[in-house]
Amino acid sequence: MIPEIGYAATIVAFGLALYGSVTSAVAGRTGRRTLVASSERAAVGVLVLVTACMLLLIYAFLTFDFSVRYVAINTNRGTPFYYRITGLWGALEGSIILWTWMLALYTLIVVVQYRRRHPEFYPWVLSAMMGIAAFFLLVMTIPAPPFERLTPVPPDGRGLNPLLQDSGMITHPVALYLGFTGFTVPFAFALAALATGRIGDEWMTITRRWTVIAWYFLALGLLIGGWWSYHVLGWGGYWAWDPVENAAFMPWLTGTALLHSVMIQERRRMLKIWNLTLVILTFSLTIFGTFLTRSGIIGSVHAFTQGSIGAFFLGFLALVLLTSFSLLAWRMERLKAQGELDSIFSRESAFLLNNVFLVAATFTVFFGTIFPLLSEAVRGEKVSVGAPFFNLVNIPLFLGLLILMGVGPLIAWRRASADNLRRNFLVPTAVGVAAAVLARALGIANSLVLLCIAAVIFVTGTIVLDFLRAARARRRSGDGWAAATLGLLRRQNRRYGGFVVHLGVLVVALGVAGSNAWSLHTETTLARGESVELGGYRLRFDGLRGSEESNHFKVTGTFTISNGVGSRDVLYPAKKFYAQEQNPIAYVDYRLGLIEDVYLVLGDFARDGSQATIKLQVNRMVSWLWLGGLVLTLGTGLAILPDRRKTA
Amino acid sequence: MKRRAKFLAGGVLILGALGYLVYAGVSQSVVYFVTPSELMATPISGKTYRVGGVVQAGTLKWEPRSLALSFVLSDGKTTVPVRHKGTPPDLFGEGRGAVVEGTWSSDGHFQAASILAKHSEEYKAPQDAASEPGYKELMRTLQGNPDR
Repeated sequence: MIPEIGYAATIVAFGLALYGSVTSAVAGRTGRRTLVASSERAAVGVLVLVTACMLLLIYAFLTFDFSVRYVAINTNRGTPFYYRITGLWGALEGSIILWTWMLALYTLIVVVQYRRRHPEFYPWVLSAMMGIAAFFLLVMTIPAPPFERLTPVPPDGRGLNPLLQDSGMITHPVALYLGFTGFTVPFAFALAALATGRIGDEWMTITRRWTVIAWYFLALGLLIGGWWSYHVLGWGGYWAWDPVENAAFMPWLTGTALLHSVMIQERRRMLKIWNLTLVILTFSLTIFGTFLTRSGIIGSVHAFTQGSIGAFFLGFLALVLLTSFSLLAWRMERLKAQGELDSIFSRESAFLLNNVFLVAATFTVFFGTIFPLLSEAVRGEKVSVGAPFFNLVNIPLFLGLLILMGVGPLIAWRRASADNLRRNFLVPTAVGVAAAVLARALGIANSLVLLCIAAVIFVTGTIVLDFLRAARARRRSGDGWAAATLGLLRRQNRRYGGFVVHLGVLVVALGVAGSNAWSLHTETTLARGESVELGGYRLRFDGLRGSEESNHFKVTGTFTISNGVGSRDVLYPAKKFYAQEQNPIAYVDYRLGLIEDVYLVLGDFARDGSQATIKLQVNRMVSWLWLGGLVLTLGTGLAILPDRRKTA
Repeated sequence: MKRRAKFLAGGVLILGALGYLVYAGVSQSVVYFVTPSELMATPISGKTYRVGGVVQAGTLKWEPRSLALSFVLSDGKTTVPVRHKGTPPDLFGEGRGAVVEGTWSSDGHFQAASILAKHSEEYKAPQDAASEPGYKELMRTLQGNPDR
């Protein structure tokens, strides 16, 4: 009975979303208030119904209703309680529910926040958001119904993919989808701006905070994904330029470009068309990402025909692009820039260059991701491009972006004078170069890493210099250092929030450079009592032990690790044998550190426990990625605080 | 007009640099995906390939002390002898699909730098692995023997 109720709820929600989208569009044209109220009720209805769908599916998970195909595939009787709930988004159908639910939630927040403000935009925003929700509900109805029955009903389910039975997998999709769906709001406002012809800065000002939040969740989702990959997959890395990763990275890049280019529009009335294009691109890339990862097209062009889900997403993507760019073309006349670019040495052009680099990076990632498909479709040759391609084309772009991160915020608007340049950049440049020279003297030979260090120190220098100057100015007016600092953070929270976010990115950048340049690894087989040495550590194999766990059989190795200083620790990497999986899953053990992590994977072992094959890694500075995420969180929090400058 | 020309030149320069990066990136790192038959038709030694096939039953050998792994990859028509140094991945085994990336060596084998095991997403009855003799034996030999 439950699945039928769920399916019925999905269909009704689809109808309501479609109805709400049409009525609010009509209201947008005619200004009829009652129609708006009607579609608001539809929005509430959609949220209630989608929430019901989600709860019904969770209920099916908790009661082991294996007559539901999705439940049978993603859980079994041994699955721990919380993974039965997160099994909800363990695969496609449930992910679509989660996505739709977040979208419905965001729609309701938009209703509550803007119902009495922005009366011209509001009906169109509502129409766009409910139209998008209607699409996702259509996906839930036809190509990916989560409540589909399975006959005959199996006695037990297959169980959640063991790799997904991890805390990272609980938070990673949630953060990522909050980011993806979050970009729907700026997109809906951009469409509303085009539909009403009010293409000033209003839509942008309203949605700035939404863009920052969506961007942040996407960044967080990417970092948590890296953490999950690092501690679960057992390869010791956090990023592999996998198409699935690229799919989430591309909208983050264009979103970053958008966050920067809106500032030029605010200040100089330029780049209006460009900003609208970026919003459209960012939203389209979130849809494209889902298409890419869910259509099966990544494996091969031929796999695309297997399910209809890909065709749905591609069709929707085409509709989105066609509608938005037609609207853009129609309003082109009104979008003429009022400001002009005066000089290459100006903040405008630094921001412009930042955008060029970010969009170029997006393009190369896009190209690298779809190149195998193009090659197969056009020339019939199957190829892969892999990490070397992405590194080669993106590292110069990212180094350029790092340097711009220091230049952009401090260079003068319009035209920078030689004095402005000297005052802001002479000392940081000198410090950056000195840091690189010092690093070289300390034995770092990799020139890309040296460049990265120079850039990071240069940018940090500009931020510190700027902050010190501003704080000193406030101190002159009588505040102490602490009060001056707090006052600055509060009064210019947008600016300094942005700076803190930049610091977070710098910390991540150092982590990426460091982990790639200095990490060590070895792979070897040890007999019991034997040791291996790596990077100043000595690892001894002490034995193996088997144990029966709730839903798997586990073989755990005991390894004693010691370093020259005499500190000792025991690591327990394991292999888990799940009954439903044909092969074991490695369980990594590690000691995290600020400078280096000791990371141990149990590879193979003799059945009698006499010897074990291991992969031992000393991964340096990986923790800086997670630290950077923390700094990013602080900065974002600061940046989205209510702007005090207007009220003060 | 002069300023516009300057920006145009800048744009062309950036696009050119980007085009070059992409071109160089693709030509340096493109890897051809071939079947054993395609590889064996005209193997070029030193060139990087990805070969996909099934690990032929009875050919898998692994020596834990030296980490020397060897097996024969087949597409039903032709076979490729593969060598690799390292632990076989978890999803790897005889009769299973695998993709190896590496180069053809002039002495007549494929030297794999990496092995990707193909993993099936199909629904499987849960008893499969537990009823395997290997799994039972493993539970018998290792269970309840702390630090043996």
